[in-house]
Amino acid sequence: MADSPYPLAPYSHSLSPDTRHLLWSVAPGVVWIVIFLVLPSLYLISVAFMTNGPYGQPQMPLSLASFRQLAGFGFLGWSPGNLYTLLRSLWQTLVATGLVVLIAYPIAYHISTCRRQWRAIMLLAVVVPSWTNQVIRAFGWMNLLSPGTPISQVAQFFGFIGPNMGLYPSNFAVTLGLMYNFLPFMVLPLYAAFEKLDTGLVEAARDLYASPLRAFWHAVFPQTLPGLLAGTVLVSIPAFGMYVIPELLGGGRAMMLGNLVASQFSGGSNWPLGAAGALIMLLATLGGLYAMRKVGKRLGGGEEVVI
Amino acid sequence: MTVSPTASTAPEGAVREASSITLDGLRKRFDGDAIALDGVDLTIHAGEFFTLLGPSGCGKTTLLRILAGLEAPDDGTLTIGGRDVTTTPPHLRSVNTVFQSYALFPHLSVSENIAFGLRMKGVPVDERRARVDRIAEFIKLGALLERGVNQLSGGQRQRVALARALVCEPDVLLLDEPLSALDAGLRTQLQVELQRTQKRLGMTFVFVTHDQDEAMVMSDRIAVLDNGVIQQVGPPHEVYERPINAFVAKFMGHVNLFAIEAVDADRVTTGLGELVMDPPLEKSGHSGVLLIRQEVVELGHAVSEGYNGLEGVVKERHYRGSRIEYRLEINGVTLMATAANLGQRLYAVDDRVTVSIHPEDIVRLNA
Repeated sequence: MADSPYPLAPYSHSLSPDTRHLLWSVAPGVVWIVIFLVLPSLYLISVAFMTNGPYGQPQMPLSLASFRQLAGFGFLGWSPGNLYTLLRSLWQTLVATGLVVLIAYPIAYHISTCRRQWRAIMLLAVVVPSWTNQVIRAFGWMNLLSPGTPISQVAQFFGFIGPNMGLYPSNFAVTLGLMYNFLPFMVLPLYAAFEKLDTGLVEAARDLYASPLRAFWHAVFPQTLPGLLAGTVLVSIPAFGMYVIPELLGGGRAMMLGNLVASQFSGGSNWPLGAAGALIMLLATLGGLYAMRKVGKRLGGGEEVVI
Repeated sequence: MTVSPTASTAPEGAVREASSITLDGLRKRFDGDAIALDGVDLTIHAGEFFTLLGPSGCGKTTLLRILAGLEAPDDGTLTIGGRDVTTTPPHLRSVNTVFQSYALFPHLSVSENIAFGLRMKGVPVDERRARVDRIAEFIKLGALLERGVNQLSGGQRQRVALARALVCEPDVLLLDEPLSALDAGLRTQLQVELQRTQKRLGMTFVFVTHDQDEAMVMSDRIAVLDNGVIQQVGPPHEVYERPINAFVAKFMGHVNLFAIEAVDADRVTTGLGELVMDPPLEKSGHSGVLLIRQEVVELGHAVSEGYNGLEGVVKERHYRGSRIEYRLEINGVTLMATAANLGQRLYAVDDRVTVSIHPEDIVRLNA
């Protein structure tokens, strides 16, 4: 108090009117998040550490049984099924995100170089499919990829699949479905990055002996990195927990973590196991975000990305 | 690549012969826009400080970008150092550019920026470091090498951009209005530094600017462009004192231009009155304008011997320190006059003065 310019100020410990005003304005949001996110998450975490009751309901005592079960230890000894599901989820997410990046880069670049009035139309064309329900689009792919369709026949002709087989159901169909579903979420942030791209830097790189490919790597890539990271977050997180697409296009053979969790809460009736799966999913997602942040910082320019 | 005989005495960097540039019938038109370059023929000598001067939109930047390889001409050929590089992509040309916006890489440090071109060329790390250190000393950047480019002032950025281009030891250095973003004092200082650098390295510099003072201070030769066409090429004194047409004259800052109304005997009639020229104009078919530079107009009380004499009234006086500018009215026509400030008595507004103009100082131009 001795250092205060107002040694006798009676309310020096209380908040300024500005701060108080700010607190009131964020309060509803905080309450909302606590009730609908924090509390349910805490509940879910606690369920993961409970025991499975005879009717699938979580009950005491606390145990790590669900995690042991998730790791594959069951009544009949160890089986790798769940680990396969986890690995398949990671792999599908990785492949789908990677391919989406490869497709979205040229699309976003191309749109950014079009005339202004064309850009809105082309962006609309990218976004419009996502206005249709995911389930309906998945059914569309089922029709396109099932046995006997032209696409499947072409695949048969080249020997990718056996006779009378279809491209659906398969891991391939799931990857395709994921890519199709999440492409707009990569194109939009990349387009935003391309739109404010400083082409002067690209020209400077070209002028300083960089071939087109190296100019992309040294001048375009660092500038679009924030968009790329944002897009990767928007694509990979929902893809990792995806339920509908593997359910429909995988035909039960290409289960992902999301399907495992969902089945434990519904048919399997093992809430603690489902909660443990969800918790693992959450941790994997946070780990992925953390890694991405590290990579972004290292490559420079990634700090603008949220999280 | 040959080692020049002066390499041992030249400062760091000047280890190759400078290259000449030949442009032959260069044309460029942008989609839906006016013509940017309309048949440009030009030879830039090796080791020359050459300036492309013109108003915005005259095609000077397009020409520079064609030299860099960032733009392809629709027609014509470009030769640098005797090699046809018309279709050579920028990374295969020994040409580097100092960009108007500097275009420094924001995610790289100053030293990484300077080393970029060497890195792309595949110069080994040790040599890269040595060359960056040498150029940094030469351009006086030593203390800034580890900074980020966002921590630099405008003048420092300009130096980094220059160092980044010079360290590559190109055959030709292109400079696209590199001083236009700087304040006047720094600008004057860097003009001198640039010129000195160019002379020490003996490198061919092609400089683009819209500022005729800057062009005259720095250049060995100037090309004045308008509407994608080169109007005049020559050393600064020639372009300034003997502009070829009214556009060049106005662009070089001249204001005393008078249409020729008639040519009779050895007298030319203009709005100012009758003037004698030396050499005289031929009598038949003369159109065009006369240029009387402000600084050749002499003011006094009597006509000097052998001069054209005119009577005028002072309408305005502008005091500029080293010189005084007068706006005079003669026969209802405005004539600007500049007198060096030598401590003589100044004329006041409404004073009547006698104007003397030497016949040799009157230049006829195409309109």
